[in-house]
Amino acid sequence: MNSDCIVIQGSNMAEAHPVGFQWVMEAKRRGATVIHVDPRFTRTSAVADLHVPIRAGTDIALLGGLIRHVIETGTYFEDYMRSYTNAPMLVGEDFRDTEDLDGVFSGYDPETGSYDVLSWQYEGAEVEASAGFRDERTMVQEHEHAEIAGSGGAPFSGTPSRDDTLQHPRCVFQVLRRHYARYTPETVEQVCGIDQDTFHRLAEALTSNSGRERTAAFCYAVGWTHHTVGVQYIRAASILQSLLGNIGRPGGGILALRGHASIQGSTDIPTLFDLLPGYIPMPHAHQDQDLDTFIEFNAGNKGFWGHMDTYLVSLLKAWFGDAATADNDFCFDHLPRLTGNHSSFPTVMAQARGEVPGYFVIGENPAVGTANSKQQRLGLANLEWLVVRDLNMIETATFWKDGPEIETGELRTEDIGTEVFFLPAANHTEKDGTFTNTQRLLQWHHKAVEPPGDCRSDLWFYYELGKRLKARLADSTDPSDRPLQDLTWDYPVEIGPTGIAEPSAEAVLREINGTDADGDALSSYLEMKADGTTSGGCWIYTGVYADEVNQSARRRPGGEQDLLALEWGWAWPMNRRVLYNRASADPEGRPWSERKKLIWWDGERWTGPDVPDFPVNLSPDHRPEREDAGAESIAGDEPFVMQSDGRAWLYAPAGLLDGPMPAHYEPQESPVPNVLYPKHRANPAREEFARPENPYNPPGDHFPYVFTTFRVTEHHTAGGMSRWTPHLNELFPEMFLEVSPELAAERGLVNNDWAHVVTTRSAVEGRVVVTERAKPLRVADGSGGTRVIHQIGVPWHWGPNGLATGDAANELLSVALDPNVHIMETKAATCDIRPGRRPRGPDLVAFLADRRRAAGLEE
Amino acid sequence: MGANSWYGPLADPSADAGYGADHPERVGFFTDTSVCIGCKACEVACKEWNALPADGVAEQGAGGDVLGMAGMGYDNTGGLGASTYRHVAFVEQRVPATRSAQTDLDMPSMDLPGAVTSGEDRGDATEVRWLMSSDVCKHCTHAACLDVCPTGSLIRTEHGTVLVQEDICNGCGYCIPACPYGVIDQRKGDGRAFKCTMCQDRLGAGLQPACATACPTESIQFGPLDELRARADERLASLQEQGVTEARLYGHDQDDGVGGDGAFFLLLDEPEVYGLPPDPVVTTRDLPSMWRHAAAAALTVAATVGAAFLGGRR
Amino acid sequence: MREWVQSWPVRRQLSGRDPLGRGAAARSAGTDRKTARTSTADGVTKSICPFCAVGCGQNIYTENGRVTHVEGDPDSPISRGRLCPKGSSTLSLVTSPLRPTTVRYRRPHGTEWEDLDLDTALDMITDRVLETRRRTWEDVDDQGRHLHRTLGIASLGGATLDNEENYLMKKLYTAMGAVQVENQARI
Repeated sequence: MNSDCIVIQGSNMAEAHPVGFQWVMEAKRRGATVIHVDPRFTRTSAVADLHVPIRAGTDIALLGGLIRHVIETGTYFEDYMRSYTNAPMLVGEDFRDTEDLDGVFSGYDPETGSYDVLSWQYEGAEVEASAGFRDERTMVQEHEHAEIAGSGGAPFSGTPSRDDTLQHPRCVFQVLRRHYARYTPETVEQVCGIDQDTFHRLAEALTSNSGRERTAAFCYAVGWTHHTVGVQYIRAASILQSLLGNIGRPGGGILALRGHASIQGSTDIPTLFDLLPGYIPMPHAHQDQDLDTFIEFNAGNKGFWGHMDTYLVSLLKAWFGDAATADNDFCFDHLPRLTGNHSSFPTVMAQARGEVPGYFVIGENPAVGTANSKQQRLGLANLEWLVVRDLNMIETATFWKDGPEIETGELRTEDIGTEVFFLPAANHTEKDGTFTNTQRLLQWHHKAVEPPGDCRSDLWFYYELGKRLKARLADSTDPSDRPLQDLTWDYPVEIGPTGIAEPSAEAVLREINGTDADGDALSSYLEMKADGTTSGGCWIYTGVYADEVNQSARRRPGGEQDLLALEWGWAWPMNRRVLYNRASADPEGRPWSERKKLIWWDGERWTGPDVPDFPVNLSPDHRPEREDAGAESIAGDEPFVMQSDGRAWLYAPAGLLDGPMPAHYEPQESPVPNVLYPKHRANPAREEFARPENPYNPPGDHFPYVFTTFRVTEHHTAGGMSRWTPHLNELFPEMFLEVSPELAAERGLVNNDWAHVVTTRSAVEGRVVVTERAKPLRVADGSGGTRVIHQIGVPWHWGPNGLATGDAANELLSVALDPNVHIMETKAATCDIRPGRRPRGPDLVAFLADRRRAAGLEE
Repeated sequence: MGANSWYGPLADPSADAGYGADHPERVGFFTDTSVCIGCKACEVACKEWNALPADGVAEQGAGGDVLGMAGMGYDNTGGLGASTYRHVAFVEQRVPATRSAQTDLDMPSMDLPGAVTSGEDRGDATEVRWLMSSDVCKHCTHAACLDVCPTGSLIRTEHGTVLVQEDICNGCGYCIPACPYGVIDQRKGDGRAFKCTMCQDRLGAGLQPACATACPTESIQFGPLDELRARADERLASLQEQGVTEARLYGHDQDDGVGGDGAFFLLLDEPEVYGLPPDPVVTTRDLPSMWRHAAAAALTVAATVGAAFLGGRR
Repeated sequence: MREWVQSWPVRRQLSGRDPLGRGAAARSAGTDRKTARTSTADGVTKSICPFCAVGCGQNIYTENGRVTHVEGDPDSPISRGRLCPKGSSTLSLVTSPLRPTTVRYRRPHGTEWEDLDLDTALDMITDRVLETRRRTWEDVDDQGRHLHRTLGIASLGGATLDNEENYLMKKLYTAMGAVQVENQARI
């Protein structure tokens, strides 16, 4: 709304977030330029000022091109960059760039396909960083650092050297400049298929709308994250926006448009293997690691991560109550330990090997909703027991009865030993609770009616399960049962009109918020202590129950408030709406411009319409006495308070596993070589899985086309909430495939007839939608010439169950992951497409085996 | 009954239909298609509120599915009908590339690798335009459906809208060919005629129609017709100022063939492109004169017959 | 009788201001009775749309303990009363006749669903958790490092769960020693 230019890239915002998109339209009405960069021309493109078609999986080449353009033309926001980014910091002497090493950074081990990241550190910071745990510094520990980045940069210790003139050859600014020197408009054209004219229009729109007076924003979604180099996509945008001074200011930012009602909440209070609530890492297995050494290694010295001990001890107090004491490390050893990647895909592969007997699937539908869904079903078929809780009878619950493998004869129902419990779930109108939306805002939804029949909330289910487990183990003397015995589980229960004993969601929210020694609700995480006198289940959410009031349920009408609407719901942290908003003022604390003011120093305190994301009384000229006192070590002109140097990172000296700066790599499957780094087609540190059901398409003519998965606005994700609704299904009643007229001519595809897309994993059929919106792109072929790339759009909403059925796009995909966050690549892969329906039954198995043989994968 | 009860500008059709001076002001829709994102929230919100059955294009379904794609890209609704009171049309067009003057000068031609360019595969029209527009009953000032309805089922409401009263409709179907826009239709298995009610029940409760309430981008605007007309004039001027010279209003002119629409549009191309008739005329325009002729004829017949009788007696 | 005659449309048409019978005179009783079901609702509950992460406000209208309408909350500064097609379909979602409302059970190698009492299901799941956990417990690894966990029980949650639900899940799983706890947020 406050932006002067909005670049939507890796997101189809008008279709996936239509109501949020009203604010883009509002900005456009007020004169903002809206640009949509996407392989597909979508309903977002239709109302944008400019659509930039891009070859799927090449965004880093484009963003790198923009970074180079900004540096070489001097169009960065110089004062902002010098003061608020790490441009002046010196990188250690051991660092080598991809430009020096033919496509890998220093520290790469081709045997393991991973990096030793030590050489990427700042000069001056690395010595202290390695203190204490030098002997145990392993890749595993680097993972711990990577995970913390959900709520700020990875912590490190020490004071890096710097050169404020930005001339030193090893200062970040010069390192960055050299790294992107080859990302010219010509390169962008060759890699992305974006002509130079369009590139310059994009660059001009961005740079002319950034600076003191103007701001530009990026909006992305899973079009950026679902890549084997996904985290680096976001990093590339961060670098660009930091150079342009577009972070922490009204109308700026990099906005993650998340796809589910509380997917943000699901990472904040994570049901993720590697995190504890509030982005505290789950501990890995170590020799003799106690609470203190865990904190010492994981907490930074400076900034708010410096107080991790208070957050973690409060969490342990919330979970284990009186049993958690200083003498027993507050039950730190009750936490189970990690020994590697226990994320979803490796777990499912372990299921398929019969190594994981039990599985809870709660409001999720991996049998059609996850990449390589056949692999998911093979996992399901090799469990001992499975609990599925959902609103509808989804494919994950019925795979044993009518799944695709039953049809092909690869599995027989009678042979599948999985015991299945399907428990019907309550919907959002039948329960109290909070969702955290994409802008970190917690909003309470009140229960309106009682759930019917056996339908229950997940809160009820887990509360009941916990109660029963505790009751059964009450007299156990087995030490492994101590955590369950010590677990605090006394939630008030309310008996509803139909007799359901529902635990109080408000009581749970209050526990998450935390309480002080007197049992009163905390109002801020600043009040948390490491001595066991405070408790709190998720430090970043502390304040949501301040003054004993459920702040997330506040609903002062928007019409009665300013645009920030601070009295509607509650945003973490501390109800701030714009993160790092100290950066909206210059180093002296004055707004960069009247037009873009948000937070400023009034002589005594930080003030403005938003809640300052800065110690409120810390004056701009404050200089810390010590570097290791957490928040007290922040200088008055260092806005990035979650970073260990207080600055936005143009170069990441820690926290990433596949490079300190983004470099262009092709997707796992690509029809062309990597023009920039011919020796490394795809991210050298990506995670691959060699399994029979997970073959990768080899390069070459057998899979000459690119496909990218997408959503339409009329459906939701894999369809669990939309395929049972008549009014949505009639709008998009069948699986379809979007192709250009050129590709249709090449392959003999006819509009509204059937076609099937083929990969080595599967074949999926759909109705052909021939559209001029789909545009073939011409790119470099890696051997001096060019070739045309056809891109096929494949929506992923369908499956065998529901009112409108169809093949699931996820059948087509392989599993290859980003190494930092273990997210799969769904947005770019290779395929073939043929007219007609796909083979059915056992014929499909034979057909796919043939295709694999033809491609040289099977004998 | 006034001078323009059948044709021509008519300021207050409700008054013309017998509502007292205290009747509410005439309301309508202004659908600004230049900001439509084609999300079809209007279609769903309408069906949910009015409890309309899903129909889609069921008869075209294939593969044993109940529902099937229509073969019209993102439009699987097809058109307005007895169970579809809002319909979002999608129009794909090729248009010439719009390039900024500056970059044109810098880079006059592009033979190097890049997007498929002029002359290669797509002729001169290298860019596409995707127009979207949510169609609805026009709630004409002069509504032929209403005029031909023999049962009094179709009426003008106090809000100036046109309403089918389902408790009166006997399914005769006269209204269907009468509509110059092809909006109204009979519902299969029911037989009665249905169309947009402008959420008559909601209007009574002081609410906006369901479609306008849901519309995320204010493409569908609801309000007093006079206000909407002024707003549309403003929007048109602003778009034309921005160089969108193809913008135009449709159904806005009270001198048109239906006396202006209660639901009018801002379009970005000719109406035909969106499937709208370019020059709709109320099919009952000539009804009064036809009646006069018919009355005259009837009188003549009566006179002749009477004369015959009289003559016979003589 | 007199009332009936007076309400006869033809009489109304001939005697009123609507001689053509195109409006006031032709109004039916049904039309006069039309009321918005939002007006007759027992209550309105403030809620949030369960689909994407924009977080649009919803007003849930209820009558006799059932949801009768769902509409955008005009007070929300995020959505200003608007809903997309999915949000607009919420009434159908929450009142779907296709929604299963009883526990379904498939025994190992079974070919059909069976009925199961909810309480029994909970007890059976509790048994499975305890047995699996006992069987797959890892106290220390081969290097003697403290593990205190099971790799025998995994979980995958959707991202439409409430924060409070996620919290109890993570808390309970962690105390159970289960670490393969994942969410849509990754995949």
